[in-house]
Order: sequence, then C-alpha cells, then structure tokens
Amino acid sequence: MPDGAISDLVPILDVKGLKTVFSTRSGEVHAVNSVSFDLAPGELLGVVGESGSGKSVTMMSLIGLLPQPPAEIRDGSVIFEGHDILQMSADDLRDIRGREIGFVFQDPMTSLNPVFTIGFQIMEPLRRHMGMNRAAARERAIELLELVGISDPGPRLSDYPHQFSGGMRQRVMIAIALACDPKVLIADEPTTALDVTIQAQILELVRDLRQKLGMGIIWITHDLGVIAGIADRVMVMYGGQVVEQAPVHELFSNPRHPYTRALLETLPSIAGGRSKRLRTIEGQPPALSAQPTSCPFRARCAHAMAVCAQKNPPIERLAHRHDVACFWSPDNADNAGEADA
Amino acid sequence: MLDDGKRPLVRVRNLKMHFPIYRGVMRRQVGEVRAVDGISFDIYAGETLGLVGESGCGKSSAGRAILRLYDVTDGEISIDGNEIAHLAGDELRRLRPEMQMIFQDPQASLNPRMTVAAIIAEPLDEHQTLSRNARMERVFELMDAVGLNRNFANRYPHEFSGGQRQRIGIARALALNPKFIVCDEPIAALDVSIQAQVVNLLEDLQEKFGLTYLFISHDLSMVRHLATRVAVMYLGKVVELADSAQLYGDPKHPYTEALLSAVPEPDPTLENTRERIILEGDVPSPSDPPEGCNFCTRCPRVMDICRRESPEFKQLEDGRFVACHLM
Repeated sequence: MPDGAISDLVPILDVKGLKTVFSTRSGEVHAVNSVSFDLAPGELLGVVGESGSGKSVTMMSLIGLLPQPPAEIRDGSVIFEGHDILQMSADDLRDIRGREIGFVFQDPMTSLNPVFTIGFQIMEPLRRHMGMNRAAARERAIELLELVGISDPGPRLSDYPHQFSGGMRQRVMIAIALACDPKVLIADEPTTALDVTIQAQILELVRDLRQKLGMGIIWITHDLGVIAGIADRVMVMYGGQVVEQAPVHELFSNPRHPYTRALLETLPSIAGGRSKRLRTIEGQPPALSAQPTSCPFRARCAHAMAVCAQKNPPIERLAHRHDVACFWSPDNADNAGEADA
Repeated sequence: MLDDGKRPLVRVRNLKMHFPIYRGVMRRQVGEVRAVDGISFDIYAGETLGLVGESGCGKSSAGRAILRLYDVTDGEISIDGNEIAHLAGDELRRLRPEMQMIFQDPQASLNPRMTVAAIIAEPLDEHQTLSRNARMERVFELMDAVGLNRNFANRYPHEFSGGQRQRIGIARALALNPKFIVCDEPIAALDVSIQAQVVNLLEDLQEKFGLTYLFISHDLSMVRHLATRVAVMYLGKVVELADSAQLYGDPKHPYTEALLSAVPEPDPTLENTRERIILEGDVPSPSDPPEGCNFCTRCPRVMDICRRESPEFKQLEDGRFVACHLM
C-alpha cells in the first residue's frame, strides 16, 4: 500500500498530549503519558507494544470507555471532525460511539452478550443510531453478516453467541462495529484469541473491507507479523508513551528506537535462517507509578547513556513521518564501534 | 546431534484419548470427544519434538495423556523402556520423577498460598526424603539454574511477573531430575520480549541436563526455532511428522502448507507478495469428525477418496511421515 499517498490527507482523528492516570489503593498508575498521533481517512495505523504499554488504555480513553474514577484523563485533546471528544457530554459521546467510531474488542467470547441473539445485537446500533425500523435493520444485518463472510446469514440472526465458533464470533463483532458505517474503526487485538488459520481469514477480510469502505482503522496488536501484513503506518508504544512512529516499510527496514530494534530481533521467523539463539530484551517493563522524568526504557536499553536518566526524551521528527523518542541514534553508534545487529 | 545411534526415549503407539459425553437425567453416555485418535511417534533422547496445531486439535490432551495425567483409552506409551499406558497407583507413581510437565499458565499452575521455596520443594517432599538442609540446598540450586534470585525463596507467586512465574514452574519441573518434560504452551501467556528469555532458558537447561522435550505450541515460528522434529496435529490425528527444516521448507500435507502460509511474517515486503492459502470454515467438532480424512471438509485439494477413506500415516523418506492420499 502506498506510504505517501494517504499520509498527506487531513487527519480524521487527531490526538494530542493524551494523559490517563488510574488511582489505585497503592498509588497512581500513569498508564498513558502525553500520547499524540493522528489517523488519516482510509489509513490503517498499527499500534504495537507489550502488555502494560498503554496501547489499549490509550484507545479506550479517547472514546471515553474507561470508568472515571478510577481512571482520570488529566490532559490532552482528541479532535474528531473538528470537535474535541474529551469535552463532549455523555449523550453526544454515545452518538459518536458505535456510529462514527466502531470498536472491536480482543475477546469475542466476553464482548457479546450471551442472552441476546446476534441479530438483536447487530440491529441494536442500527435502530439506535440510524433510526431504522425492525425490517430495515434486519435487512441491513443480513447484508453485514454477508459482508463479513458468514454463510446463510438470515437464519443465523436468531442464533445466540454460543452457537458460533471463536472466528465466527469475531466476525459478528466486526459486523456490529461496521453496522453504522463508522469513519474510524478501533480494533483492540481482534485476532489474538484466534488460531492462525482463522486469523488469516480475518486479516483477509479486513484487507478486503478497507478497500470497499475506506475507513480509518487503528489496529492494536503485539504481533509484528500481523502489522507487517496490513498496516500503512506503525506506532510503537512503551511504558505509556509513543517511542517510535513510522510508515510500515520504513519502520521494519530502518528502526531507530532501541526498543523497536530489540523487538524486531527477538522474533523468530518462519522462513529464512534459523538463529542459534534468540535475542532477548533483559529485564521487565517499568512500573508506571509516577510521571516519567527519565526514559522508561533505559533500564533494559543496551545503549543507555547518562542523559537518559536525567530527562525523558521528547518525540522528534527524523524524516518524513518518522518520529522517534530517543537520545541515541544508530548512525552515531556505528561510528563509535558499538556493534549492533 | 544424535549421530550416536538414535535411541527413542519416548515411544507412543496408536494412542487414543476419548472423553465420554454424558447427557440427560440418567447421565447416560451419548457420545465421545475423540481428542486424541490414534497417534504414533517416537521422541529421541535429547531432542525436542514440537507438537503444533490449532486450538482443539488435541495437542494438549496428547501431552497430558503421554504423561498419564489421564487414563488413556487405548494405545501404548513407553518412556525409557517402561510401558506406562495402563499402569496405575504405586507402579505409576514410582515412574513419575522421570517425566514432568511445564504448564501454560504460570498464574494458574502455582498455588498462590505457597512460597516459591515450598512450590519448588513439593516434588522433593513427595518423592524423596531429604534433610531440611539438603532440601533447601536443592531448592537454591534449582532457583540458580532457572535464573531466580535466591533471596526471593520466601515470596509468593503474585509478587512475580509472568516470566518469573514461568521460571518457578520450570524449577519445579526440574526438581526430580526428569529425563522427559512436556512443555504445554509454556510461552503462550507471556509477552514477546519475555518469551525469548524463557525459550533461551529452556534451551540452556536442555543442554545442561540432557533433557528431552515435547514442546506443545501453536506458535509455529517459535517451534521452528526450538524443535528438532515437528509433528502437526489436526482433529486428534498427527497429519505430518518431519524434521523441522524439512517440514518448514517443504511441507507435504495440505494442512501443514495452509498452516504455515497463515503465519504472518514480520516483514512488510514479504507480506505483500506472499501467496496465502486461506482455509475456509472452522475445525469440525472432535465429537463428530467427518467421514474419511479429518481434513476433507477444509482441504483445498480434496479428492473423492478423501471423503471415503481415512488416509494411512505412512513413512515417505527417512524419518518423514505424512497422512494424506496425495502422497
């Protein structure tokens, strides 16, 4: 997919300086720290990071899905079509959620209501947001199930979630998210709970739907393989911050942040040479108990310097749409004789 | 690596593990789930046999049945020359130290009310009579071996991260100097950066203690890295068994081929050009497997004979087995 073409459009979603803090009994957890990114119409932004890196919390805070308290959005703005979502009333937000912004959750088992038929669950947003009557909503629901590749959709509308397999349930979730033709779809690890062959089916479906519907998609995952296959642009998160952001080819061929580089190196591959030993990232992810004053990755970083402990590296633009938050640069390292790779 | 006369440590023949389904007020048996339906393979001393397949294919049931955590329905299992498939009670218990297991979920497989030292020492208490000091010494030794800090011996599992908890599970499995360890998805619950640490540890331990692994996983790229040979399971049967390089380089069974092509590669250029085989539909239920070949409902190269006869699991070249009518 063309890296340049999409990225110059006016963003449909523009997130600036988002900060989310949870209050817990043992103190505060700063889960999201000044996260900024944007999404162009028709673009697929992949978000990677390990658990606890704040990727899900970021997406949930930007459409107000976190219960407050314990969560608190301290700062930031989320501009969607000229309006700041964070300033909206609960009612206005409800009109946007499901209608303009669709959400697919990780676990299709727990995110569908077991006591309602899937027909009811697909028709609910159609009737609520689009004001359709029962017959029209039913027709649209059948259309949607066909779109996501469920065969013989008519009779299946009256089935309950437990009558579907995991892959099928995830398709139903996608159908619900797509019901009102959203402009943005946020998919939070939609294939993580699925088998590879079913994952391949869903990925194929998303590639297909993107071309048909042209919506902006945010795809959260920890699987860099999935990202490589479908994303236009990738955002890498670590310790509640964006550490690197670049078009997909650029990120995989020219990773700049030590975390991204390490992440790419730890992956064994299905093709190509088999390495004798896997490279590891030693240590554990940071506890996010306070506002970061130093680089969150420095304890695990092979290139940590004195300055990394003194201040948190700001995110800076390196090249066209390639942003990195790091004081270290692979270019200088080669001169200094620091062997890496 | 096994040139000095390959010796099978584990020998599995025609192993069947069927779980009965009971229905109604009288709890009558109305059917059975054929989780494992006649699998045969050898695991050579010192090697890692990878067992891969999708969820529900019976790979975990196979692993548990081989360790006799279940009463098997039929078949033979011999570990280091001892036939264990139909042993019971004390006879089986005597052989338990030889064979151990590392579980998938380190959270669920460690007792939250026991300290790390107590968890690791539990197999020692069960099977050996050590003095207090010798027992503690052994616990420390094991903690060193898996890279846990000795000072943490009196902490509880919840104080550790996922990767460290898995290390506790590994230390417990090693306590009795087993020869054979079944690793049931040991890294599935861990983050990518932590997975590599655990995999490296498993490899180090294998070299150090001469362990033999059955490594059960759905992560095909990790299995490629670890395994000497790989068995692919589908709906209770092994469909292909080959040397790791052979299997990944030149898959013979259509299911293996589809499975491998479904694994996303972390390389965008490759991903855009790669030919994918997308399988239609889902895995059929193991309580009602299709007539003929189990894979015939999804196979892109299905023939008439596949719907009638179940293919035989036969040897092609040296050490390579495939169950498919195409061969």
